[in-house]
Amino acid sequence: MKRIKLTIAVLAILASVAPSLAGELGHVDVRNCTWCHGPSAQGYAPAPRLAGQRYRYIVNQLRSFNAQRRDNPFSHIYMWPAAANLSPGAAHELAHYLSLLPPKAAGDGNPALVAMGRAIYQGGVPDSNVAACVACHGPHAQGVGEIPRLGGLSYSYLRARLAQWREGYDAGALHPMPHVASQLTPQEIAALASYLSFVQ
Amino acid sequence: MKWRLMKFYGVGLASGLAILAAVCAGATYAAAAGTSGVAGKMQYCQDCHGISGQGYRGYVPIPRLAGQQPDYLMNQLRAFVEGRRPNSIMSNVAHVLSPAMMHALTRSFSRLDPPPLGGAPRRYVARGRAIFQDGDPGANVAACAACHGPDAHGHGEIPRLAGQLYPYIVKALTNWSQERGRIPSKPDTSAIMEPVAHSLTRPQVEAVAAYLSTLR
Repeated sequence: MKRIKLTIAVLAILASVAPSLAGELGHVDVRNCTWCHGPSAQGYAPAPRLAGQRYRYIVNQLRSFNAQRRDNPFSHIYMWPAAANLSPGAAHELAHYLSLLPPKAAGDGNPALVAMGRAIYQGGVPDSNVAACVACHGPHAQGVGEIPRLGGLSYSYLRARLAQWREGYDAGALHPMPHVASQLTPQEIAALASYLSFVQ
Repeated sequence: MKWRLMKFYGVGLASGLAILAAVCAGATYAAAAGTSGVAGKMQYCQDCHGISGQGYRGYVPIPRLAGQQPDYLMNQLRAFVEGRRPNSIMSNVAHVLSPAMMHALTRSFSRLDPPPLGGAPRRYVARGRAIFQDGDPGANVAACAACHGPDAHGHGEIPRLAGQLYPYIVKALTNWSQERGRIPSKPDTSAIMEPVAHSLTRPQVEAVAAYLSTLR
């Protein structure tokens, strides 16, 4: 409860200091996004950084919130209502805008786990059938097309997102993430999230 | 606020149940597939190569394995292990596979038959068909169909090309000598393709790749 109060307080402060970016977009009000994702869309745990995210990925995620397919508790509470009244045109416009903002690396992972995380990212874990992340997400975790950029996202977001699939959330996500992530141990997830949080 | 709290706890309860259900489902799944069994390993392959082995456009093009010749797949898996075909991801994957597992996986993929992934530029297809079926005698390019078959289904160690991903074929043909036959003391079938790959111009490579990517 304390945590929720703190979150609400933080959000309220952010809302008051967030500069209005609305003027830069035709009819989409970005202010609603900045309350949680930050004034320059760099993210605040648990809301991920959106700056520099792949355009098609953002569009797909907005669609999945709208259709209530991405269904973890935070998505349910915050993103379902946020995406409920977003027209497809507005979603595309928003995604385009966010994808062009320069991303900064959160760098909040555990430095001691970086080497392990890098090894998993680049080579997978063949013995336990974990595919190498690099094949799809790219050598600098930059993503491509509908495959998201992971480099520099916050440790807490990455860890929660990777754990969600094993918990049964977002089961309708694009193949193969629900299966790949469900093969990861908590320690492997912590290592991957740590490594990725530092990737520029 | 009271209503919000109730809603919050409601979500909490629902998510708790969802977690419980997922954990149970996960346990059943792990028991059924296992991580060392063929089914678990097959799913691992499918994570990258597609649920029906149709291939996938990741950051790098990940080839179609569906309907592929088992002998070709066996030879490639050994090539990854031996370093004839340098590829750090596939080398990792292949190193932990026993010969029996390799046989089981290659047979499983050879039996799959999904439609091609598509997405190649259509305007090159006719030109590609002509090169594939008749070659380019003026440029010393033999007809691809002579070895890969008129239907491009391959034979033995000669791979099926029908339905292969356009960007994958383009990459393979343009980088042939960097990606294949890298251990001179262990020559393999990739040597046959080397002069052909070198003779093809970039537009010819793109045309052949576009044609092949449409074939069933």
